[in-house]
Amino acid sequence: MKHVDIAVIGGGPAGLCAAISGASSGAKVLLMDRSEKLGGQLIKQTHMFFGSEKQYASVRGFDIADILLDKLNEYKDNIEIMNNTNVLGLYEDGVITIERNEKYEKIKPKSIVVATGASEKVLAFPNNDLPGIYGAGAVQTLMNVYGVKPGKRVLMVGAGNIGLIVSYQLMQAGVEIAAIIDASPTIGGYLVHASKIRRMGVPILTSHTVKEAIGRDCLESAVIWKLDENWNPIDGTEQEIETDVMCISVGLSPLSELLQQAECKMKYIPELGGQTVLRNENYETSVEGIYVAGDVSGVEEASSAMVEGYLAGLCAAQKIGFKHKNYNELKEDYIKQLESLRSGPIGHHIRSGIEKVMGV
Amino acid sequence: MENIIICRCSDLSLKDIRDLIEDGYTTVEEIKRISRAGMGSCQGRTCSQLIMREIAKITGKNISEQKDSVTRPPTIGIKLKTIADGSEDND
Repeated sequence: MKHVDIAVIGGGPAGLCAAISGASSGAKVLLMDRSEKLGGQLIKQTHMFFGSEKQYASVRGFDIADILLDKLNEYKDNIEIMNNTNVLGLYEDGVITIERNEKYEKIKPKSIVVATGASEKVLAFPNNDLPGIYGAGAVQTLMNVYGVKPGKRVLMVGAGNIGLIVSYQLMQAGVEIAAIIDASPTIGGYLVHASKIRRMGVPILTSHTVKEAIGRDCLESAVIWKLDENWNPIDGTEQEIETDVMCISVGLSPLSELLQQAECKMKYIPELGGQTVLRNENYETSVEGIYVAGDVSGVEEASSAMVEGYLAGLCAAQKIGFKHKNYNELKEDYIKQLESLRSGPIGHHIRSGIEKVMGV
Repeated sequence: MENIIICRCSDLSLKDIRDLIEDGYTTVEEIKRISRAGMGSCQGRTCSQLIMREIAKITGKNISEQKDSVTRPPTIGIKLKTIADGSEDND
């Protein structure tokens, strides 16, 4: 059994920041990630970030990953990195089991930050298993990590920020976007992204959904139809769209299975993506010593995930006796940054979701 | 409905799931035990929300009132040999 002060599960934006924060407080941190390369979803994000300077606004996602990795390196005496590592279980006594290089190992940390992120939601429609139907994450991985075009003509399903940004990136790569559709009557993503895409001639059809996918060995076309105000499809509004790639971008759910294994209290909170863990203002769950940060604590953006990571790492270290010398100032600053990221009308649903997770 | 796939790992269609709900299996856990939906490599990450939506449609029980299925280690497929070898340095 390996003993560490803080175990951080997940090396995306939240996990990297939690590790930096814990290590800068003086704790020995073990950072685990299933991939070869740390950075999580940041490494496939070629667009510039929003937010403010503190969350690296105007810097591209993959560059933010490098900035965070450099910061991590400043504390390398306090951080052990395990990449290519799958966390298999989180038990009620706080033991973590992992698989690394086909070896099964056990870890007993004093506190834990779970930063496992989220998984993509899917849709049920006829022939939804045809090759050519992808999640937006897979399309971004193919295109932005491996430089492979997913196809020639894409139907984007979902007009949230991911759907809009991936559409734009596809166009930059020379792929045609047949249309962007969304079941909701309004565009979910930032209108600045939507306007840019509309100006390039791509139709964005709200109140539309997929009726069926058509193809023999792979996707050849898709039939979409319009929804009425009660989200029921309207007969006679079908349109067949020629497409070889359907990209599904209809939201994310917190990847909370480890928290459920550890018996952390959960609640269904649609605003935050589904089953979400309950927590307090320090990002500690109902199980003492288990903290959360990033999308697993409620689906938001990478900007807030980073700040949550810093905050959770700071608190997870303080809990076990490693109080950062600027603990109070840092904590206040992180809380203010989160409030600012969640302010305004766009943050409304996040704020109402967070009200429901608080209170353990 | 037979060509709408709900559980990709165990190849279960919307028809299979609806038939089970009609037969009285009205929780994700029961459907998982009788059909293996959620026991494949995705461990329910893909199918469980779709199944919950179908249960809500047919029984009228909202997703927020439904119980999620139980999650157990390991989170991914792992060779028995790896676990057995790991027990050598058990402490």
